[in-house]
Amino acid sequence: MIYNEEFETLPREALEALQRKRLQQVVQRVYHTVGFYRRTFDAAGVTPDDIRTLADLPRLPFTTKQDLRDNYPFGLFAVPLSSVVRLHASSGTTGRSTVVGYTHRDIETWSELMARCFVAAGLTKNDIIHNAYGYGLFTGGLGAHYGAEKLGASVIPMSGGNTKRQLMILQDFGPTAICCTPSYALNLAEQGRAMGVDMRSLKLRVGIFGAEPWSDKMRDEIENVLDITALNIYGLSEIMGPGVAMECLEGREGMHVFEDHFLVETIDPETGAVLPPGERGELVFTTLTKEAFPLIRYRTRDISRIITAPCRCGRTHHRMDRVTGRSDDMLIIRGVNVFPSQIEAVLVGIQGVEPHYQLIVDREGTLDTLEVQVEVSEALFSNADEVRVLQKVERRIAKDLKDFLGITAKIKLVEPKSLQRFEGKASRVMDKRQI
Amino acid sequence: MKVEQVSVFLENKPGSLEEVTRILKEAQVNIRTLSLADTTDFGILRLIVNDVDKTSRALREKGFRVSRTTVVAVEVPDRPGGLHGILEVLKKDNIMVEYLYAFVEKSGENAVIIFRFNDSDAAIEILRRNNFNVIAGDKLYSF
Repeated sequence: MIYNEEFETLPREALEALQRKRLQQVVQRVYHTVGFYRRTFDAAGVTPDDIRTLADLPRLPFTTKQDLRDNYPFGLFAVPLSSVVRLHASSGTTGRSTVVGYTHRDIETWSELMARCFVAAGLTKNDIIHNAYGYGLFTGGLGAHYGAEKLGASVIPMSGGNTKRQLMILQDFGPTAICCTPSYALNLAEQGRAMGVDMRSLKLRVGIFGAEPWSDKMRDEIENVLDITALNIYGLSEIMGPGVAMECLEGREGMHVFEDHFLVETIDPETGAVLPPGERGELVFTTLTKEAFPLIRYRTRDISRIITAPCRCGRTHHRMDRVTGRSDDMLIIRGVNVFPSQIEAVLVGIQGVEPHYQLIVDREGTLDTLEVQVEVSEALFSNADEVRVLQKVERRIAKDLKDFLGITAKIKLVEPKSLQRFEGKASRVMDKRQI
Repeated sequence: MKVEQVSVFLENKPGSLEEVTRILKEAQVNIRTLSLADTTDFGILRLIVNDVDKTSRALREKGFRVSRTTVVAVEVPDRPGGLHGILEVLKKDNIMVEYLYAFVEKSGENAVIIFRFNDSDAAIEILRRNNFNVIAGDKLYSF
């Protein structure tokens, strides 16, 4: 099934003509309304008029997450705030999060794209959608919610957490579809079985999973324990939120990027050179229709590849493969994005703690765990050789990580010699997860 | 009249205590008495040794986090009510005990109790006023 038959199955030629026209419009618009783009285009020696065809896209400079932070909070908005009806933000300590805005029309577009995702998953207005993506500043919850309403389905705005309640509603309301992170789906199944719930006999028939990397092996496991079809969805708040790309029920091999609204490229993360389709590299997106927060050649740091082969579902939009990694050191812990530098910033803010640390990421059962190993500083230990003082510091670190970054971590104080002295920051992270 | 104690931060993992005792053996340090406070993740080893400087230097060199804290050593007769007598007088002046540990002297007549108080100076003053035998550091190190 296809929600917007006309646009999702546009012949490539017509689609590319539409993309070209929209690209030219957005480039003109950002050049004239956002100081940042005027400066970067000028510095790169390119003007909006130079963009004659899609092949001219690589002439435009990249936009990075750092650019978003430098222009925090609203510096990259292309419309006055009076036209913005919604704000979302990534987690982060002050000044480091990225803020995105939406106009009425942006919300309308986003809702349609999420509705397209649900229909690609075989859902109709007769379905009940259990939405366990977090509601709030995170785009997941509200993004999926608006799409479900747009489709006319019945949406249960569960948000994350409170697993027992989720299990009760899964049994009592009988939702036919669920949206959450893949690891949370496994966690629900595990806790449900522990409570004696027959998870395979629920009315669920399809799951739409995203916001963290997962594998085909995890897909098999989810499909088996819940007796559903599990589909992959892709999105990021900077580009829009969930609904940038979605796997179709018919193909189940790669996610269709909604190309009438986004241009996707893959680049070599080292050189920035554009790679031919099919080659694995960093995904770069350009928004074609967004009004409040358009982005030109945004480097996602997600590693994937583009599949141009036609899909049996009939959509003409190219697909992107599963995201297999990152070209930076961002960690995704239970669907929450966090950089080691953000954890470091929290540690630096706590008296008596030195930023000598190591992060151990693992998966216990179905849930990601983060252990932050912090060196006991000379200053802390010489003031107090008492257990309760050290434990108080542990609790303080855990609380600050939760408050500032939204992550739950186990804090472990360690001897100075247990931690290597790192030159770079990449090796501060030990990721033991087998995904 | 105060006593210097060496405290060492230890992770709870096999061999961490053994490493400390090996370093002390190699440095020819004699342990007078010790105690170990522990949690699920870490412990604090507290030592009274014959050479505080040598001990803390040797452990620091091997990458341990070491601190020197002030404790008070009090001699009490080794019989029922010995410890109680001390705590009784301290209670009146609201002196708090952070932790304590004890050992029996070689002669077997008396016990020595090592206290960490919230206020060492006040505690010593009170104990001496009440005729308790507060042992000086240099005497204790060479017991």
